[in-house]
Amino acid sequence: MHPVELAGVNYAYGEGSLRRPVLRDLDLTVAAGEIVLLTGPSGSGKTTLLTLVGALRAMQQGQCSVLGQELMGAPESVRVGLRRRIGFIFQNHNLLGFLTAAQNVAMSLELHPAFGNEAERLRAAERMLDRVGMADFAHTVPAKLSGGQRQRVAVARALVASPGLILADEPTAALDRQSGRDVVELMRDLARTSGVPILLVTHDPRILDVADRVVNMEDGRVVVGS
Amino acid sequence: MTALLPFRLAWRQLRAERARLLSAIAGVMFACVLVFMQLGFRSALFDSATALPQAMRGELFLIHPLTTALFRPESFPRVRAYQTLAIPEVAVAVPIYMTQSIWRNPVNGSHRAIQLIGFDTEAGAVSFPGLAALIPALKRPDTIAFDWKSRPEFGPVPALLAAKGPIVVQIGNREVEIVGTVALGASFGADGNAVMSETNFRRIAKDRRVSNIDLVALRLREGADPIAVQRALTALLPADVRVVTHDELVAWERNYWETATPIGFIFAFGSAMGLIVGMVIVYQILFADVASHIAEYATLKAMGFGAAYLRLVVMGAAAILAGLGFVPGVLASAGLYNVVAKATLLPLRMEADRGVLVLALIFGMCAVAGLLAMRKLRDADPADMF
Repeated sequence: MHPVELAGVNYAYGEGSLRRPVLRDLDLTVAAGEIVLLTGPSGSGKTTLLTLVGALRAMQQGQCSVLGQELMGAPESVRVGLRRRIGFIFQNHNLLGFLTAAQNVAMSLELHPAFGNEAERLRAAERMLDRVGMADFAHTVPAKLSGGQRQRVAVARALVASPGLILADEPTAALDRQSGRDVVELMRDLARTSGVPILLVTHDPRILDVADRVVNMEDGRVVVGS
Repeated sequence: MTALLPFRLAWRQLRAERARLLSAIAGVMFACVLVFMQLGFRSALFDSATALPQAMRGELFLIHPLTTALFRPESFPRVRAYQTLAIPEVAVAVPIYMTQSIWRNPVNGSHRAIQLIGFDTEAGAVSFPGLAALIPALKRPDTIAFDWKSRPEFGPVPALLAAKGPIVVQIGNREVEIVGTVALGASFGADGNAVMSETNFRRIAKDRRVSNIDLVALRLREGADPIAVQRALTALLPADVRVVTHDELVAWERNYWETATPIGFIFAFGSAMGLIVGMVIVYQILFADVASHIAEYATLKAMGFGAAYLRLVVMGAAAILAGLGFVPGVLASAGLYNVVAKATLLPLRMEADRGVLVLALIFGMCAVAGLLAMRKLRDADPADMF
């Protein structure tokens, strides 16, 4: 079984005459260790797809299995549990401004019983920050970091708890060319070493080459899978 | 995941915004001081209203069941006092007469109602400060001791006494000599008090039937159990008297002022206002904290933090503000109690049970503010994050 398997997924916003379908009979698979980039024009349904796979939204129709968990009809508590096994990276870093980089990364580990005490969590966080090249900024608050540095901390936060899947939404949109490039290459390298698949939504043509596969969406359907 | 983690996050979040934290603490402290002052004044006024029963000595008392307050007693037959002596544990039964009469101000001649209290001054049933030294003088006909804590409208009696020695004033239709002063205090029911012997009371209050009394103070023999004696007396005496302990007598008087007058309500209302203002301030701070971190909270939800964790963050912040505001609040109130007590002569003191009550009220206030601010958490929807 693949980490992500979608079959016949339909999703619509609104009701009655205002009903607006955004995903139509969509099939998608992400294999273990695969890096899949999702592109397509605005309104093509990429983001909705990502929120469904990330268990942030309840399914309406079809099958959606993520890390072995079927999400069709899954209650909120099951979805919250699944989210703990997924690393999220957002367009904005969304780091807590009153916590240092290491404390922000350690927050991810609060949800994992393997890390019982704060000292262990902070050690693991600092190791992870070292892997994203941010070891010197472990005790710095986000306001004193550059955009690229913040996104590196966000990557560390998404990866520190050894997730089974990484979901990223436009992670380079707020960054300049070079830092954007650095962040996705960092994500790719980390994912490769641990064999974690990545599903990444982007408009950014400069980063298409990091992908194993680029999936193009239009009007709620996959039009090109290469 | 321990339950303390959300509290730690709440504290780190509060600590990051110093100005916001200080204004929140000031708000809680303000509410705290307001409630302490209201409850303090309330308690002090009730204390001064019950000064008369508190000055009574005696393990048990007889009062008429219809007596609502001691300034307006229902009388009962004097023979009830003697009937109590049938119980061997009762050592002394002291009848006490009380009535209100008209006092003429010795300086300007104006009239005012004064509370007269007559009893056997040698029986030791009443212990007003200053009374002991006046007992020999009070045995003379037409003498009284004046309560120097009476309202100033009665005239500058202590000053006159100091200047001229014993002075003669008119109470009712009788001229009486003031031989000295005692300390008792004006209450809501009586603006001033005069204390005298039983015989002199009968001379001034001529229309009173001598065989009718208003209160009996009982002294028990050493080692007697007041509760057992109270039970025996209740069984022995007819229904026109009620046997109460000293605490019950004070509580009886206090209950009248609490329930039959708007005084209790006024101070409860003032306290409620303080709590509402404090709650609004705390709510504003907590709401602003949630609103300005809505994206971060949504991210935490996306990471797999449950709604309960975030609710605990908000409630933790509320609890921290309650604690941080209460400590300076209780210290400031204790200081204010001292200042106000000196200025008004009201018996204001910081008391442990009031401290516990206000602590509970402040935590309750912050909890309500937290519950209201929590509703904003619904806006933190991780599906909106992408």
